[in-house]
Amino acid sequence: MPPSRDAASPLAGPEPLIDAHAHFYHAGCGRADWAEVNAARLRAGDRIGITYHVASVLGSFGFTSPTYFPSPSDVTRGNDVMLDLCARDRERLRMKVTVNPNYTEHALSEIERCAAREAIGVKLAASRRADDPLLDPVCELAGARGMPILHHIWQHRRREWPSQEISDGADLARLANRHPKTNFILAHIGGGGDYMHTFPAVVDCPNIYPDLSGSGVDRGMLDAALDALGPGRLLWGCDLTIDTGLAKLRALEVIGLSADDMTAIRWGNAAKIFPAGSFPRCGMSRPRVGSAAPASMSEV
Amino acid sequence: MIDINALIGPYPFRHVPHPDPEVLVRVLDREGLEGAWVGHLPSAFYRDPSLGNRELYSALAPFASRLRPVPTIRPDWPKWDSALRDAADAGAPAIRAYPPQWSMGPHDSSMKELALAAGEQGRALVLTVRFEDLRQRHPLDSAGDLSAAAIRSLARAGESVRLVVTAASREMIEEVHWGLTPAEQTRVFWDISWIWGPPEDHLAKLIGAIGADRFVFGTQWPLRLTQTPRANLDLLPDELRSSTLTDASAVCRAGVISSGGVHK
Repeated sequence: MPPSRDAASPLAGPEPLIDAHAHFYHAGCGRADWAEVNAARLRAGDRIGITYHVASVLGSFGFTSPTYFPSPSDVTRGNDVMLDLCARDRERLRMKVTVNPNYTEHALSEIERCAAREAIGVKLAASRRADDPLLDPVCELAGARGMPILHHIWQHRRREWPSQEISDGADLARLANRHPKTNFILAHIGGGGDYMHTFPAVVDCPNIYPDLSGSGVDRGMLDAALDALGPGRLLWGCDLTIDTGLAKLRALEVIGLSADDMTAIRWGNAAKIFPAGSFPRCGMSRPRVGSAAPASMSEV
Repeated sequence: MIDINALIGPYPFRHVPHPDPEVLVRVLDREGLEGAWVGHLPSAFYRDPSLGNRELYSALAPFASRLRPVPTIRPDWPKWDSALRDAADAGAPAIRAYPPQWSMGPHDSSMKELALAAGEQGRALVLTVRFEDLRQRHPLDSAGDLSAAAIRSLARAGESVRLVVTAASREMIEEVHWGLTPAEQTRVFWDISWIWGPPEDHLAKLIGAIGADRFVFGTQWPLRLTQTPRANLDLLPDELRSSTLTDASAVCRAGVISSGGVHK
């Protein structure tokens, strides 16, 4: 599907924009409207002005194995779908390869297989606690290939929840400390849980980059993230709700970030942590990254 | 356009930046909104909200041309009918009630009395499904969400009832709407503050299925980003982008009360 006419006048302005946390569906996901949802993501992305969707497919999304515990065969099928989507829409799509770390050899072979076909990142769902040693070989391989790992996160886990083995910022920080040469994307600070626990939990891990995605749009969340981590550590993203992604972009503008800081969050930080050359439509040179100065509390 | 789901005052379970009326007015200016129906956030958690209502009336008085008070009235509290008269005197276009926070079941008779009494005055009853995502709630925040059964029960209470249900998501809206007769459906309006946009397109699907006229503009400021409902409308598919939500004035019973400036 070619970019729509909305690409000419995007709601979020003409500057490049990378959605660091996106998903696509396929016919094996058990929902009849899978193609419509995929099309809606691209439609809304064009209207906002998303230059690249960095996306993954989580197996069968629960149809033939659980979303967060995908079977090896579902992992492979989902990755095949994502590879195919990228091949057909190189203009807008980039891939993270999904793996289940409980199947170490399969996980490593999937990373090698998909990286050879231009996957640029790794997606870890919630199949194993983030600080579990089983994740180490995955992190080592991803780090060696320069592929950041997007890890599903529950902002402050206080108990177990069904259907996933959740991790929080503190869990991911332990993993990131063991792998200082690997970059990690902490998933969706607006995706449930208490983000105010996350920021201090990861502040001392410079290789952890929280993404802003998720349906949560609490006032104060963006201010707190900027205050704690600065714009050089945050990635813009949408996950399952592109409307909240647009709202957060508009809120960041109200906060009054500098142009360089907005660039960092919109696409610069992503360009910094994904392999060089992953996003040619974002410009030839790597951007300046955000300043360390915290933003002031705003009236967003 | 009026934001029918705004609040002032602090929230007991997390810090909320400057939830003050003068800030709200600046936010309305920035977002191009004419005014707001404003409740008093702490009153949802008071046993007796009457002192919170006094604070609300006092705090909004300097901004009467933009901010309309929506006091909280607890129908199992003595003299609640006089609180309703006070609301009328203050020109409130609506009142708020919080059945889960008051441990009221879905068929509580006092809630029906309140909905009917407010409706007979031409005032809407504003209900709140949730203040926060279930996944982030404080351990002491144990009230739970407002149930679909409670909304259906109030919508069925009588012809005069007008409900504005805030912070509902698609599943609840569908469960309530299709569980009411066509006449009962017209008594319920939904704010769009918690409805998902693309790629799932819940708002588009709801507008397509039950009509834009059942929805009103609401933000749940100061808890949530004011930009969210506007972003959702901006991202509607082409064929729905010209959809017009119901104006606040249509929520109040026609000719009985105005929704904008002060009306006594």
